[in-house]
Amino acid sequence: MGDESTTFSDGDAVPRVVIVDDHRLFRSGVRGELGDAVDVVGEAGDVDSAVHVIGEQKPDLVLLDVHLPGGGGVEVLRRVLSQHPQIRFLALSVSDAAEDVIGVVRGGARGYVTKTISGKELANAIVRVADGDAVFSPRLAGFVLDAFSATDAPPVDPELDRLTQREREVLRHIARGYAYKEVAKELFISVKTVETHVSSVLRKLQLSNRHELSRWATARRLV
Amino acid sequence: MAATAADTPRLTRAVEGRLLGGVAAGLARHLGLDPVVVRLAFMALSVGGMGLAVYVALYFFVPADPEDGDERGPGEAEGRRKGRDISQLIAYVGLAAALGFLFLLFGGVFDPLLWFVVFGTLGGIILWQQANPSQRDEWMTSAVGRGDRGGKGVMRAGTGVLLVVVGVIGFLVFQEQLQNARAGLTFAFTLLAGVSLIAAPWIIGLVRERDQERRERIRNAERAELAAHIHDSVLHTLTLIQRRAEDPREVQRLARVQERALRSWLYQRPADADTTVSPALERVAAEVEEEHGVPIEVVCVGDCPMDDALSAMLRAAREAMVNASKYAGTDSISVFGEVDQDEVLVFVRDRGAGFDMDDIPEDRMGVRGSILGRMERHGGSARIRTGPGEGTEVQLRMARIPEA
Repeated sequence: MGDESTTFSDGDAVPRVVIVDDHRLFRSGVRGELGDAVDVVGEAGDVDSAVHVIGEQKPDLVLLDVHLPGGGGVEVLRRVLSQHPQIRFLALSVSDAAEDVIGVVRGGARGYVTKTISGKELANAIVRVADGDAVFSPRLAGFVLDAFSATDAPPVDPELDRLTQREREVLRHIARGYAYKEVAKELFISVKTVETHVSSVLRKLQLSNRHELSRWATARRLV
Repeated sequence: MAATAADTPRLTRAVEGRLLGGVAAGLARHLGLDPVVVRLAFMALSVGGMGLAVYVALYFFVPADPEDGDERGPGEAEGRRKGRDISQLIAYVGLAAALGFLFLLFGGVFDPLLWFVVFGTLGGIILWQQANPSQRDEWMTSAVGRGDRGGKGVMRAGTGVLLVVVGVIGFLVFQEQLQNARAGLTFAFTLLAGVSLIAAPWIIGLVRERDQERRERIRNAERAELAAHIHDSVLHTLTLIQRRAEDPREVQRLARVQERALRSWLYQRPADADTTVSPALERVAAEVEEEHGVPIEVVCVGDCPMDDALSAMLRAAREAMVNASKYAGTDSISVFGEVDQDEVLVFVRDRGAGFDMDDIPEDRMGVRGSILGRMERHGGSARIRTGPGEGTEVQLRMARIPEA
């Protein structure tokens, strides 16, 4: 996934982005904040028009609001990814409630940030996700640690149902507020390795049917 | 009252709440029954003379309540009326007179006719009580457990109807009037059946309408509560923000405080803020943020009950957050709490100015006393990683007390 021809982080190209959010003010605000860092090729305010615009533009990345009229961000993910699995999604929400986060991430988003994020950080996250990496906010890292923490039951699928010691360590640093670069320095590994760990955690989060994960989700009324 | 040996009062004659000699009231207290039941039992037994004899005997052999009975609390004693309740006494006398009259009329306890009269009367009383507006309203408007209460009401009404029917038919049978009444009864039943057929749809409609109305009322109440909440909090804050528009820091602070309040109201967590670590840590962060106006992001993994050492740890974490807010000069602070199987970790991190640990004078209480010293006193440890320009991270570690 990550080794396609274009890598936006090198500054060779700017990612083409569609912004999906039902607040027009917010869309124009984001547009202004991002400036030249990305190329905004479309906007949409609800699920149907989002699916339409994305299908037409085939952007590198969709900035997706979690709460949308017509079924929410999850519905957009479901309908777009079945047609265009190569399009990447970065979820954006006012709330960092567990139900929102886990829902869109399990639905296929490769990152999750809250709307309080600064323009510079958002542009950074967009480039990262467009390159195929995963972007975890500290809060999301906390949720994942929580969801994978209970060790009472034996895993059904050890490859998917358990975080490695290293992945756990990376997540703990992200939860503490460390940027990837800082995590890398702290753990004496390369930034690339940090990204690999986070992507691997994302995959586990999306694919694992782990008992604890579903129980954790049930306890938070996510299912 | 639970009938355990410990709280069964000694048998005494009641002084307060007595009607005659206080025997029935005292006995009721001793047995944990309603005095009315005991009194009616005495009355029923008195038909053969037994009840009267027992009453007199108890009156002489059972000691009266000591003055200012020490077994009861003052509040309970105050709540009771002193002396006898005249209206109740009259009611019992009336009941006794009515019973006597019935006996004279029918001649003896064993006349089935008497029992049918009693059945009919009881059923009537139940049905009339049901129609009592205040009681009806009570079980109709209570939304919680409505089904249960509705079922009870139907059962009660059914019992009442059954008793009345048994009473009326029995009365007629034993008066040997049934043969004569048969034609009339058939007519009455047919008429009733017809009327119910006509009225049933209308009654069902009424019941549905009532349910609908009740649902509407509940919904309105919820809406009113929401409106009141938004008015009290959100609108209030918005007004304040408009008034302070020239002070961006204050505006940001107000918005954050309101956001936090609204969030906790919307996604209310059942846990009490002071009983477990995770909500307590969030509360501490919220307080510091409110005081100093620097946003603090809290992430917490796992949870466990609070204890003294953990409270001390949270006070140390608070001090670290306050320091970061005051001196780091940054616009955000990250707090991460992790409850492990055998220890609790808290990290307070900022990307601000940082400082040189050696530059801190020995007597500065902030770092040495409130953070390092406090953690060590409670059996934990603290580490501070910092350097000029590198930001600061305070790491707190406290072992968990194994759960019993």
